[in-house]
Amino acid sequence: MIEIENITKRYGAATVVNDVSLVVQPRTITVIVGTSGSGKTTLMRMINRLVEPTAGVIRLDGEDNRTLPGYELRRRIGYAIQGHGLFPHRTVAQNIAVVPELLGWDKARTDARVSELLSLFQLDPETFGPRYPHELSGGQQQRIGVARALAAEPNVLLMDEPFGALDPVIRSKAQEDLLAIQKRFGTTIILVTHDMEEAIHLGHKIAVMDGGNLLQYATPAEILANPATDFVATLVGTGDRPFRFLSLSPAGDAVEPGTAEGEAIPASATQRDALAELLWSGRPALPVVNEAGKAIGRVTVDGLVKRASRPAA
Amino acid sequence: MKLRLPAIVRIGILVLLVVFLARPEWFEPVFRPLTQNNAPVIYNQGSLLNLTLLHLRTVAIATAGATIVAIALAILVTRPFGAEFLPLSRSLVNIGQTFPPVAVLALAVPAVGFGEKPTLIALFLYGLLPIFENALTGLTTLPPTVTDAARGVGMTGWQRLVKVELPLAMPVILAGIRLSVTINLATATIGSTVAAKTLGEVIIAGLQSNNLSFVLQGGLIVGVLAVMIYDGLSAMERFISRRMGLLQQG
Ligand SMILES: Nc1ncnc2c1ncn2[C@@H]1O[C@H](COP(=O)(O)OP(=O)(O)OP(=O)(O)O)[C@@H](O)[C@H]1O
Ligand SMILES: [Mg+2]
Repeated sequence: MIEIENITKRYGAATVVNDVSLVVQPRTITVIVGTSGSGKTTLMRMINRLVEPTAGVIRLDGEDNRTLPGYELRRRIGYAIQGHGLFPHRTVAQNIAVVPELLGWDKARTDARVSELLSLFQLDPETFGPRYPHELSGGQQQRIGVARALAAEPNVLLMDEPFGALDPVIRSKAQEDLLAIQKRFGTTIILVTHDMEEAIHLGHKIAVMDGGNLLQYATPAEILANPATDFVATLVGTGDRPFRFLSLSPAGDAVEPGTAEGEAIPASATQRDALAELLWSGRPALPVVNEAGKAIGRVTVDGLVKRASRPAA
Repeated sequence: MKLRLPAIVRIGILVLLVVFLARPEWFEPVFRPLTQNNAPVIYNQGSLLNLTLLHLRTVAIATAGATIVAIALAILVTRPFGAEFLPLSRSLVNIGQTFPPVAVLALAVPAVGFGEKPTLIALFLYGLLPIFENALTGLTTLPPTVTDAARGVGMTGWQRLVKVELPLAMPVILAGIRLSVTINLATATIGSTVAAKTLGEVIIAGLQSNNLSFVLQGGLIVGVLAVMIYDGLSAMERFISRRMGLLQQG
């Protein structure tokens, strides 16, 4: 659990983060969104004390983060920096091994971990381990940046716009990878992004920042349904709101009894995908199948449209 | 491995130099046209090989000293606690450069006597500035995301310096050392005016006896040494830079 309590950061007269409080539950993903310069990076960097707050306390699992020396704290917290920040004079394998080495892991354990992580990110350890960062594509560098942050099995992972520089295809792949990794290791993740779509897709909770203030801290559904301020509403994008809302739940939740013709959609697909498929194929209803491929009912345009309307407050 | 032409030329020159130092008398016909009145053609007041080694030793000691002091100074003034010494150290090192080496020799002789010592002092002071300036440039122009990442992964100040900052600044620091060595190889000849054993002896002997052959022999050895050491260090810099992706492969 990460408790951020009345955190303020000032540079001279400028207040960059203003009295922010929020609690991040263990094993969840919290996404910080906001415009450029709103203080997202600064807030995040106060958690691992790359920036020292002017006022306020941050506790990790109940313990003040100032109890340990900064460098020891940072070895326990994974940090994927804005713009990967790989060490250009070290190979990919050496980059990933940095924190385990600082922690004094033995070589066998470190090597095993490096191979495991490279495989996890679909990079062949034999091929990519000995390469230097400049011999990788941008997307590969980004993945190595995340792998390095995960190397010492941290409970907490801070990610600063990790997918900012990726093309849409690689980006959504990287997002799926991240969700899978988060499930697998149970890591508590705090992720910064400009992109509301990404925030809604990844976040259990979303923190919206503007001008150093925390405007709203809530679940994606809550933020979509009841934006706290006009700014949050603008960020959510009123035009996309119903579709984003549908993207939060799986088609399985909208299943109605009955059958339908044509190609089926898996229950795990989002309701937005289901509606898109319905509209595109011009059908009034779609069959839904479970993981085993067995039909469990259907989704209808009418049913989904009802679900897309604003929930009663 | 395929040797490129420049590599062959380099090896050729090196072999020529070694042969000349070991058996200078073989080269008598080459230098004979430069002498008159049956004067000795090949330097005969000592061993050329010996003088060359002493010359190199003097330069090596002075440059090693300058390297250690200059890099230490650069590290010190780029740490948070040393930043206020930056202007001071800059001007100190600049003084070392603006003082002509001859003046340093003249001042050092009364203090430490004749011989190698005043030469070492002059070369040391003269070698400081290029290394210091380059080390400073190297340590202050590191990519910010990389230094930030070094902090972010939990390196201590010392670990950041040794594992990240110095290795990344190394090509630029090496360039400074290279400049310093080259300047000092030439400047060391002046040391012979205060009785240091360097190749300057050969040149001075030639000037005193109006023997162009001696002057040329001393000058050529110094020149070839300077070019080759410059070349070798450049190659090392390129190798390191290329590995870090700072240079395009080509
Ligand atoms: N070391 C510093 N000294 C002075 N001002 C700073 C410093 N670091 C950040 N700031 C200021 O604090 C504000 C917030 O910066 P921060 O990096 O947290 O923004 P951000 O939300 O991460 O922006 P972006 O989305 O562009 O990364 C900016 O106006 C920035 O100029
Ligand atoms: Mg930022």
